[in-house]
Amino acid sequence: MSVVPEHVVIVGGGQAGHQAASSLRDEGYVGRITLVGEEPQLPYQRPPLSKAWLAGGLNDGDVHLETEDWFAVNHIDHWRGERVVGLDRAARRLTTGGGETLGYDHLILATGARNRPLPLALEGIAGVLSLRSLADATALQTQLAGARQVVIVGAGFLGLEVATVIRASGIDVQVVEATGRVMSRALGEQMGLALYARHQLQGICFHFNRRVVGITHAQGRASAVQLDDGQQLAADLVLVAIGVQANAELAVQADLATDNGVVVDAFLQTADASVSAIGDCACFTHGFDEGARWRLESVQNAVDQGRYIAGRLMGREEPYRQVPIFWSEQAGCRLQMAGVAAGDDLEVPCGDAHSEGFSVLRYRDARLVGVESLNRPADHMAARKLLLRGLSPALEEARQPGFDLRTWLASAAALQA
Amino acid sequence: MSNNNYILRVTVDENLCVGAGLCVLSSSDVFDQRDEDGVVKLLQEYPDQASYEKVLGAARKCPSKAIKVEQVNGDAP
Repeated sequence: MSVVPEHVVIVGGGQAGHQAASSLRDEGYVGRITLVGEEPQLPYQRPPLSKAWLAGGLNDGDVHLETEDWFAVNHIDHWRGERVVGLDRAARRLTTGGGETLGYDHLILATGARNRPLPLALEGIAGVLSLRSLADATALQTQLAGARQVVIVGAGFLGLEVATVIRASGIDVQVVEATGRVMSRALGEQMGLALYARHQLQGICFHFNRRVVGITHAQGRASAVQLDDGQQLAADLVLVAIGVQANAELAVQADLATDNGVVVDAFLQTADASVSAIGDCACFTHGFDEGARWRLESVQNAVDQGRYIAGRLMGREEPYRQVPIFWSEQAGCRLQMAGVAAGDDLEVPCGDAHSEGFSVLRYRDARLVGVESLNRPADHMAARKLLLRGLSPALEEARQPGFDLRTWLASAAALQA
Repeated sequence: MSNNNYILRVTVDENLCVGAGLCVLSSSDVFDQRDEDGVVKLLQEYPDQASYEKVLGAARKCPSKAIKVEQVNGDAP
């Protein structure tokens, strides 16, 4: 039987950290909660920053997760603009960059991730931006006002969402990608090709299998991107969107295991029972893939892990188990993914890739591990239910023309009833 | 009945919704998800005043910005 801690300190004021604080109160936790955030503003959600917020018409307040009052009403001590720089596990004490110290009974690391920089010396060159924070988004929006030619480095979620918004405003967009296709880490080849075709229709130009080797600048401002095949892409603005790395420095400093993030078990706990990690920074052992460790970057993961940890601290004992889901808005499409597939997992298309909507089922051997859906929310919902229940249509059946995930789910449910 | 002579009207855009379900977490009196595709189902276009704070929170927290809340004058029809 675990003892409910008297003071929970959450480091990181993003979606995961905020959710943990909020869920602790929802669970009836009456102890002290301190949420320490590095950024100066109220906790906010990031997904709209590369979509609706960037397109315009939303205020900062529209993406804040809570109002000022909420923290007072819920007795959550919110430290803003404070970076935690020291973790002493023996003394259960944190120190901040501002010289404050803070004791804890349980520590939740929700430190998130940061954008990877281009491996080039770019100091002092204006017009090379990245997008992670509200401040980044504001800077990007301001600089876009005068831009005519934008080069985006990286054809992942962020790069393609921003490319969509920028292209819709009539600006010339080129995307440079190190691999051979779009979204190569998150999607199989067939869905990637379908998305690529839709991006081309918007007038976005792609350079695959190319790396950026330099940024040409004039009077301290970027003017072109140099590729490894000698091409020069004229640009008055460059957005670097080549993925993130987990913020795991505190764990390293405190001698906790790290491997692509803070290593936690199926209970999201580190080797120290007083320290947990959730959200983008946590590399956890997952209930779906025996023994495999995942570090996921999504709202669903941040929210569900925040809710989970609150329940666990209040005494619930089952491991974390949720179906990972992801989504993106790009090229005028609603892309939804359930589960996690790896690069070499089999692809079984459902529907026609050239029609408005279709899905791709991903199999590892005979087992369904993920479903990618383009403008097919009903397939996505069926996939979530199947994966949660560990159900898998036989591969031969899924390959039949006209196979429908919803129909299969309905008949499987009828059989079980 | 309305305070300050305005009431809140909620609308949802089913084409933007990605079925994250955060609105249901915020306010299950006002929002639900369709069983077949997870898309938001609006239960109350004119929610009770007691739920205003949670409804506004649901709109802010919606990751796909599919929920709009507007102030309208007068009473609910």
